[in-house]
Amino acid sequence: MKKCSRCSKPSTLHITEIQEGVAQELHLCESCAKQYLAAPEPMTSESDEFAEKLSESVSEEESESYGQLVCPNCGITFKEFRSQGRLGCPHDYNAFAKELTPLLENIHGETQHVGKCPKRAPEASQKQYELIKLRGRLRAAIDEEDYEMAARIRDEINELEDEVHSSGDDD
Amino acid sequence: MDLDSLTTTSGEWLRGNGPESDIVISSRIRLARNLAQFPFPNRADDAARTEIESLLKDQLFDLAVGTRLSYVDVRTLNDLDRQFLVERQLISREHAESHGSRGVGISSEENLSLMINEEDHLRIQVLHSGFALDDCWKQIDQVDDAIEERVTYAFNDELGYLTACPTNVGTGIRVSVMLHLPALVLTKEIQKVFQALHKISLAVRGLYGEGSQAMGDFYQISNQVTLGKSESQIIAELKDVVPNIINYERRVRDALIQENRQGLHDQVSRAYGILKNAQTITSEETMHLLSSLRMGINLGLIDDLEIPTVNELFIHTQPAHLQKIRQESLESSERNIARAGYLRLRLTDDDDDRE
Repeated sequence: MKKCSRCSKPSTLHITEIQEGVAQELHLCESCAKQYLAAPEPMTSESDEFAEKLSESVSEEESESYGQLVCPNCGITFKEFRSQGRLGCPHDYNAFAKELTPLLENIHGETQHVGKCPKRAPEASQKQYELIKLRGRLRAAIDEEDYEMAARIRDEINELEDEVHSSGDDD
Repeated sequence: MDLDSLTTTSGEWLRGNGPESDIVISSRIRLARNLAQFPFPNRADDAARTEIESLLKDQLFDLAVGTRLSYVDVRTLNDLDRQFLVERQLISREHAESHGSRGVGISSEENLSLMINEEDHLRIQVLHSGFALDDCWKQIDQVDDAIEERVTYAFNDELGYLTACPTNVGTGIRVSVMLHLPALVLTKEIQKVFQALHKISLAVRGLYGEGSQAMGDFYQISNQVTLGKSESQIIAELKDVVPNIINYERRVRDALIQENRQGLHDQVSRAYGILKNAQTITSEETMHLLSSLRMGINLGLIDDLEIPTVNELFIHTQPAHLQKIRQESLESSERNIARAGYLRLRLTDDDDDRE
């Protein structure tokens, strides 16, 4: 466990402060944290504030078990999400559903959307997520200069895009 | 879009004549939207970001929403121009400071902006003068529908619109009202307002929203909850709460006038005097004095100046605006001199123009 950045007590609060685009990590004990939070420091973005709250709310043991979770489509781990406060792709809401539900309840008090819906509902959402995965694999293949593989993936993407478009354009 | 031409104008939202415009500067609604088939911007590499930008940009150009949009490639702008757009409230600080392919579509009246590759693929923003949330919603709903006919948004039945940060999921809506609350600040009653708003899950922020401090007694009140409530419920909440704050501010202003009219008149007149005569002045002091001046005009203590001029001065005396107006890059101390000069010119000009 890290020591408090301001005194020598063990730190309980871990804050990433972003000022003018520069991220600075702060580790504070409970009393220094109270002082820090009371001071009129410049506000960070909503998502950064959220990331701070996230890192406060999860204990280190919990974070170890969460750390293993990975989204099969975009490759982000739950641990990365926790430190950044931002998800990697729409599919993360499925991949991390169990872990996200209590968070959503905490933030919003509800977990069921009741607002506006797109008229053109994305029926083929699984295909949309598949596209995210394929695009990632395509870039990896290009990076590795495996052009044969890249060409195959490109064809797969085109095929899937055609399917998605034809199912979306019923009119 | 020619950014330089914007230095001679001010956005429609600053015209200062909407409902309750003595206290409500502007109403803003933004929607966070993402394309279903791409990773969110923070996880998208350069190639994907470029693909997202060109796809969305193409859709913006033929958007039939009764207004012409100009596209600004934020990636290619220098720091000054990016800061200028932030001061203008057309892009967020995060969008200015981000990296990679990104841009913004801006309507000629400056009341609609569409940020591409901000925290989400698309952030639609509508800004109106005064307390006009219904007008904002009507416009943004139409723009959202028009875009949605052309692209597939990331959406699921249970969680609604899927966003990069779970704090926006559901409706993806952020409804904000910018209030000028000098009397509540002066009497320190503002703390009570903060506490009350916090209890009902509304957020209070400074002039430039996220990441800014309240300057010149301006506060932005906005919703935090985006899931489990409909857009109209969220708007209705703000429409319920904001009039209470407006009335509170007005009551305190009346009490101040009754208790110490002369003291208040003196404070406002001194503010006017400094703004008209200073030779060097910081941005912070300018905001502070303009705030007094604005309240003085609304209370009838100053009668040779109008609210739209003061609203415009708030924006035009910001660092990037000053440098754009002067068409040169200025150090902080040079800016303070330029700011004082600009204020003297504008406030004296206005005296002469009045008949």
